[in-house]
Amino acid sequence: MNIHEYQAKQLFRDYAIATPLSEVISGVVEAESALQRLGGEQRWVVKAQVHAGGRGKAGGVKVAENLAEVQAITSALLGTRLHTHQTDAEGLPIEKVLVEHVTSIQREFYLSLLLDRSCSRLIFMASAAGGMDIEEVAAQHPEQIITLQINPVAGLQNYQCRKIAFALGLTAAQASQLTTLMQGMYRLFLEKDASQIEINPLVETTSGDLIALDAKINFDDNALALHPDIQAMQDPNQEDDKENQAKQFELNYITLQGNIGCMVNGAGLAMATMDLVKLKGGAPANFLDVGGGATKARVAAAFKLILSDHNVQAVLVNIFGGIVKCDVIAQGILDAVQEVDVKVPVVVRLEGTNAEAGRALLENAQLKIVAASDLASAAEQVVALASGGVA
Amino acid sequence: MSILINQETRVICQGFTGKQGTFHSEQALAYGTQLVGGVTPGRGGERHLGLPIFNTVAEAVSATGATVSMIYVPPFYAADAILEAIDAGIELIVCITEGIPVLQMLKVKAVLAQSPNTLLIGPNCPGIITPGACKIGIMPGYIHLPGSIGVVSRSGTLTYEAVNQTTAVGLGQSTCVGIGGDPIHGMNFIDVISRFEADEQTRGIIMVGEIGGGEEEEAAEYIKAHVSKPVVAYIAGKTAPDGKRMGHAGAIVTGGKGTAAGKMAALRSANIEVVNAPTELGQAIKSLL
Repeated sequence: MNIHEYQAKQLFRDYAIATPLSEVISGVVEAESALQRLGGEQRWVVKAQVHAGGRGKAGGVKVAENLAEVQAITSALLGTRLHTHQTDAEGLPIEKVLVEHVTSIQREFYLSLLLDRSCSRLIFMASAAGGMDIEEVAAQHPEQIITLQINPVAGLQNYQCRKIAFALGLTAAQASQLTTLMQGMYRLFLEKDASQIEINPLVETTSGDLIALDAKINFDDNALALHPDIQAMQDPNQEDDKENQAKQFELNYITLQGNIGCMVNGAGLAMATMDLVKLKGGAPANFLDVGGGATKARVAAAFKLILSDHNVQAVLVNIFGGIVKCDVIAQGILDAVQEVDVKVPVVVRLEGTNAEAGRALLENAQLKIVAASDLASAAEQVVALASGGVA
Repeated sequence: MSILINQETRVICQGFTGKQGTFHSEQALAYGTQLVGGVTPGRGGERHLGLPIFNTVAEAVSATGATVSMIYVPPFYAADAILEAIDAGIELIVCITEGIPVLQMLKVKAVLAQSPNTLLIGPNCPGIITPGACKIGIMPGYIHLPGSIGVVSRSGTLTYEAVNQTTAVGLGQSTCVGIGGDPIHGMNFIDVISRFEADEQTRGIIMVGEIGGGEEEEAAEYIKAHVSKPVVAYIAGKTAPDGKRMGHAGAIVTGGKGTAAGKMAALRSANIEVVNAPTELGQAIKSLL
């Protein structure tokens, strides 16, 4: 799960990670009191709150010299959508902006804490090439990235923080600031079941202090139920509508750009089915895993979801019935197709227990359902049907 | 012979009396697995499915001589169950549970690293089966056929595809291992493939990978250097977009790393036959034998 920058910075403050003073507002009328609370005679930066990076380049981060400018920028941003290189063409809605003291920057660093699958440990990644796209730095100048593994038994040690500090060329006083900051990140990660914490940039101010200018935190979906406070930070408006609906039915759904809806049991098989559609010349409209128990209610919910995407011209259902019997699944599909009033052609491939009985049920149903004999021909048929041909 | 389990393997079930544990224990017994008891804390001394229930894994091990435990415990309690099994000296732990928080698995991995006598399969996996001998997991037993192909996979239903096809072409399977779809898990491709290489019954190997992580690439290196038997591979997720978790917590491409294309290239450069469609696995391995 993702959260907004303003929420991440609040968590940073709870864990003694230095951030600039800031106030989040959701209307222009709040601007004046926000500036009063922040205090000081200085300049401000107004940052659009969306779940995507690349906001600066997309015009979502602007500097204001006074209250009137803060109000003007806020008014121009709120209620619009921000399209960055990390969003789709529609972009994401801006419902809040963060107003922050402008920080005078001496140097910019990159710092993140994440899981390294290959060694089954948490690692810190740091670089003096801050403020940039770290993936680009990693690809072109891997020597500029410092990584540090944390032994889960011992936890993060202060010497490790100092090691990074001196490798980044920090002073002894700054090394102690960095230690506080890294220990805070590590505690936050463990206590809230984060999956990644990224500060890009971490800056050294002109007065020599280290401060997190940006804040990005992702959380482990598997652990969310343990953290109601984090769950409450969820912002469904920043997420795909259909993906939100899918969650209510415990379906795994991801929107793609094609016109062939896919309904499959199992994540691996669902990916493989999409790949096969592509291989046969079609384009999948979605990833959808209906899970192990492909009951009538879930299949119906899945059909509704797939068909709410108006690009869908045909649907491919691919079920490997293991423990679940295929004739039961076939009846579920028939009921769902009638209940949802499916108008596009549906190709069904059933394999596993009672597969023949299941296919017979589908063939005798007088509906626009093609019962395919195997997966390869199912993919071919659905691609033909989606492009207006016959199976 | 097979790898890891056979008809003599004595198995207990943790989470024995729960809905999942009960259903899959019944299925395992029907398949002929030597399930010898189960663990449900607080119900020690009772019986379930005609078998004894124990309060702790240690008691179950000393009373039954079990060496393998299958775990059907809910996600927030599963790491504890794995650690208990390690502590009790279980040799092979098969954890089916999906949805264990990653940080809990990090601790489990750290303990496993210090427990050379215990292997873990999973979590978030279909389990392991030696056809005709021992079934530990949620896979449908009847699609399997005792035979010569070793199957190792990160995905459940995609494993069934590979099994179904090798059964259809008459080759059958020596042992099938689902290593699971989580980023932090127990046995990896190399751990399983090295055992297939050493196993006399296994004549060919099918590996099914997916996007995310780097274990397929590591397996490619290993196979090139150490495996003489024919290997056919398939990688799922060619069409998956960057940054989206494709169902499995471990199936995600981030920052251009862990792509299907990269994995396929690594496997091909190790002279492994990589099929483009999951439907081609059975024929491909047959043609190599």
